[in-house]
Amino acid sequence: MSEKIVTITVDGKKITAPEGAWLLPVCLEHDIYIPSLCWLKEMDDPPASCRLCLVEIEGLPEPVASCRCPVREGMVVRTNSDEILKLRQVAFRLLVSTNDGHCNTCIANRSCELQQIAKFLHQPLRTKRLRHIDRDYPEIIDDHPVLMYEPKKCVLCGRCVYVCSQNERGYKLDFAKRGMDTIISFYGSDIDPAAKECADCLACTEICPVGALSSKEKWRRFIAEVRLKQEQKKQKPS
Amino acid sequence: MLEQILASLDESEREAIDEEELQVLERVESELVTFPSEPSHLLPILQHIQARHGYLPKLALRLVADYVGVAIGKVYGIATFYNQFRFNPPGRNPIKVCLGTACHVKGGDIILENFERRLGIREGETTADREYSLERVACIGCCALAPAVVVGDKVEAYVTPSKVEGIITEIEVRKEMAAREQKKNETANG
Repeated sequence: MSEKIVTITVDGKKITAPEGAWLLPVCLEHDIYIPSLCWLKEMDDPPASCRLCLVEIEGLPEPVASCRCPVREGMVVRTNSDEILKLRQVAFRLLVSTNDGHCNTCIANRSCELQQIAKFLHQPLRTKRLRHIDRDYPEIIDDHPVLMYEPKKCVLCGRCVYVCSQNERGYKLDFAKRGMDTIISFYGSDIDPAAKECADCLACTEICPVGALSSKEKWRRFIAEVRLKQEQKKQKPS
Repeated sequence: MLEQILASLDESEREAIDEEELQVLERVESELVTFPSEPSHLLPILQHIQARHGYLPKLALRLVADYVGVAIGKVYGIATFYNQFRFNPPGRNPIKVCLGTACHVKGGDIILENFERRLGIREGETTADREYSLERVACIGCCALAPAVVVGDKVEAYVTPSKVEGIITEIEVRKEMAAREQKKNETANG
């Protein structure tokens, strides 16, 4: 990649960036917020699957995903037009229409990226505009020795799959099944002694934008706290 | 390879593997060598195991993963992506509920639910006694008979919830009759 520095215009603001860099990180560096769930700074090959980072580029007929759009000289970008907001809102509504998190009792409450993006896009976390689809999974899948997975909170962004694939021990989790049934799975965790190695890594729990993946230890502590608080609340009125 | 994997299991996990599964695993291990040990042969190997043994045992996936050098998580991801793979041994009476377009419109999903409730298993599973296995299929070419179900190799047409009960009862009756017949023959001979 050439290290040529080019000037682009984003929302009327002139910024400079190396030619060929992905647009999304360039904007973030210059304090122009673009929401995203599936993208990570370290990725060479972003999946562009969440469709939240769409932007308009002058001269292009359709909006593009900024996480996969290389910067070019003289580019004029808009991240805040009404059309873009609408498109992102639709993408967000589709995401949450299959999501079923209970924020009050969620380990990621307040640090959840989905909550932040909901606020940014002025969208409720429970959309009424689309029919809610209840995915046929239990609230909690706990067959992994170290990890707790809550499929109904998972937005299937794939970040955990990415960080796990970067692990030198080779990856242990991946998407399983397909379509509406897609989940993150650690197959073999109950029959694979190597799954216990996850205790030393936990990269996936740190990268999870929502509260879908967490370490069992932390999760248990958190739930105990929640229960305690609930009980205290119950006792107060009497 | 199989020995190593078995040795890595806990006592309780090893006990959960029955004789039949162990035999399948041993055969899978011996058959693996006929394939090149490359990631590109993952799917042909899985298809071979499915065709030969009727399902993919849990530990067979580990054998395959080790053999072609792909992470077990990834192998599972790939195997679950395709509908052709099963993870439970087929039952003596495999029930295939059609959910093709016509059957879907005619309420095939309700029929599937009825079977699930009646047999106490989910789609893709097998009853503990290995008597029934339940599967959904895309189209069996009998759209005029929708909603259709295939039990063994017999097509059941215009299936209704009450007919679901009838199908199971019929199988149970036939089983009972066969058992009595056998008993009669035994006592006659003995």
